[in-house]
Amino acid sequence: MEVGSPPPGGRGPHHRDPHHRGPHHTGPHRWGAAVNRRAPWVLVLPALVALVFLVLPVAGLLVRAPWSTLGTRLAQPEILDALRLSVVCATLATVFCLILGVPLAWVLARVSFPGHRLVRALVTVPLVLPPVVGGVALLLVLGRSGLVGQWLYRWFGVSLPFTTAGVVVAEAFVALPFLVVSVEGALRAADLRYEDAAATLGASRWTTFRRVTLPLIAPGIGAGAVLCWARALGEFGATITFAGNFPGRTQTMPLAVYLALENDPQAAIVLSLVLLAVSVVVLSGLRGRWVS
Amino acid sequence: MIDAHLVVRRPAFTLDIALEAAEGEVVALLGPNGAGKSTALRALAGLLPLSEGHIRVHGEEWRDRPADRRPVGMVFQDYLLFPHLTALDNVAFGPRCQGVRKGEARRLASEWLSRVGLADHAGRRPRTLSGGQAQRVALARALAVRPRLLLLDEPLSALDVDTRREIRAGLRRHLAEFDGASLLVTHDPLDAMALADRLIVVEDGRVVQEGTPAHVARHPRTDYVARLVGLNLYRGVAEGHDVKLERLALSAAESLGGEVFLAFPPSAVALFRVRPEGSPRNLWEATVGGIEPHGDQVRVHLEGPLPAAADITPAALAELGLAEGEPVWAAVKAAETHAYPA
Repeated sequence: MEVGSPPPGGRGPHHRDPHHRGPHHTGPHRWGAAVNRRAPWVLVLPALVALVFLVLPVAGLLVRAPWSTLGTRLAQPEILDALRLSVVCATLATVFCLILGVPLAWVLARVSFPGHRLVRALVTVPLVLPPVVGGVALLLVLGRSGLVGQWLYRWFGVSLPFTTAGVVVAEAFVALPFLVVSVEGALRAADLRYEDAAATLGASRWTTFRRVTLPLIAPGIGAGAVLCWARALGEFGATITFAGNFPGRTQTMPLAVYLALENDPQAAIVLSLVLLAVSVVVLSGLRGRWVS
Repeated sequence: MIDAHLVVRRPAFTLDIALEAAEGEVVALLGPNGAGKSTALRALAGLLPLSEGHIRVHGEEWRDRPADRRPVGMVFQDYLLFPHLTALDNVAFGPRCQGVRKGEARRLASEWLSRVGLADHAGRRPRTLSGGQAQRVALARALAVRPRLLLLDEPLSALDVDTRREIRAGLRRHLAEFDGASLLVTHDPLDAMALADRLIVVEDGRVVQEGTPAHVARHPRTDYVARLVGLNLYRGVAEGHDVKLERLALSAAESLGGEVFLAFPPSAVALFRVRPEGSPRNLWEATVGGIEPHGDQVRVHLEGPLPAAADITPAALAELGLAEGEPVWAAVKAAETHAYPA
């Protein structure tokens, strides 16, 4: 049986025979072999609408941007402050998520324990929870009179709400599941037999994790961290609820955009453009992982 | 000295084998795919818990010892070299885990790499190595931990024929130099015969035969082994030289009594279009079930009262003008049929 595609530059003479039915015409893996089969408009039309729906707002942002005054606006201290705060908080939140999230992902992927499924479900709750609800929940737990917060305040004098640290906590709460889910996926996809090989060479589980597993899933961790960082950067609901909106202290870019929209729409556009630029950079960083 | 009784129970499969191996001995676990050979190796390495049984090495019980605390070296079927480490660091990995300092571990590793002839490949990543080179790095990595027990899981099966011959010779040398016990898993009789001092044939999770390669090759006890070593094998009852098989009686070279195996090579079978003159003793009428090339010979599969394989020359085939489904007379000389107690 002939396998593979016909040689380039034309089909063999026997293929011209209209009655010829070769096995290669009926093979189940010949995608796109059919010619002249038109895609039905009931699918094409909504597809086009969806595309326009996704692209048009971004295009609108670019069209209405005050390009001529962009340079001076970007240099405004409020914008720079918000940008700096956003980047610092999102980065700290990502570091926090990496330190706690990678071990959590490892436990979920490699250790079997009772209630495993329940724990997994709990981890993903913040994924579907409205961020504002997350913010309220954080206030109830970590607020100055909250379940845990009152002890934090009484023993250490630490109060998280309406502080920069609170921004980091809110962002980490919302972004952690993104990291855990993608690192757990990478761990499950990794070939466990490398860990077996390490064990036969005398490596303890910790050494195996550090010297074999971690390097093998590094791309997955990287992608998870980027996703986590992007989510933290765009965080709005939990942040404004838990940390408030104080310029220079808790006012991150998304909060600044929302505020600017009321009194200075041009500034809002500029801020949005900056966030858009960051998104594009993140997207290109993820290229070949989820976006290809 | 290793003395193990391995019992691993799975829903649809039970492995239950006993095995021993002495210092310096190379034992091959030979068997078809799915026989449980690799399961046995994984159990010995500690990668799989035993349901029952024991693993005693120099009198020490290993059963409850985790894999990283057993002095074993394992060569995996597809080597499993760590892709992010160089060949040198792969080999140095074991000594590092044993607490050897980095510089010293690397020195040891480069010594092992030169021992397997890859000193100039130390800085290469596994994916840039050929199959044969990767196999040798894997062997060096396993030996670098100074194991008491070396486990090799189908060490040559991922190689092409030419590389295989070359690597087999090298592996044989390294196994001879190794002072601990070696246990090799393979489904290739040639690898088993060439590398092992002793064979343990495993089928369906049980040991069906054990012995030196020469003994197993001459006295197969199951169809699987007979096919591996290229013999026709039957079970019957002997009375002197006569052996009564299921539907036919043959006469054998040996004189025995009771349950016996009877074996003869396909080359001992002669085929005739018409019943030959003089009627040799071991003669029967068969049907041609299939014809296929076999080396520079032709193998004819016979059906009828005695299913058998017969090897004849292509010239003989042409002369006989045989085709599938046609009747043929088959004869085998008594001197070439070999009987032994079952």
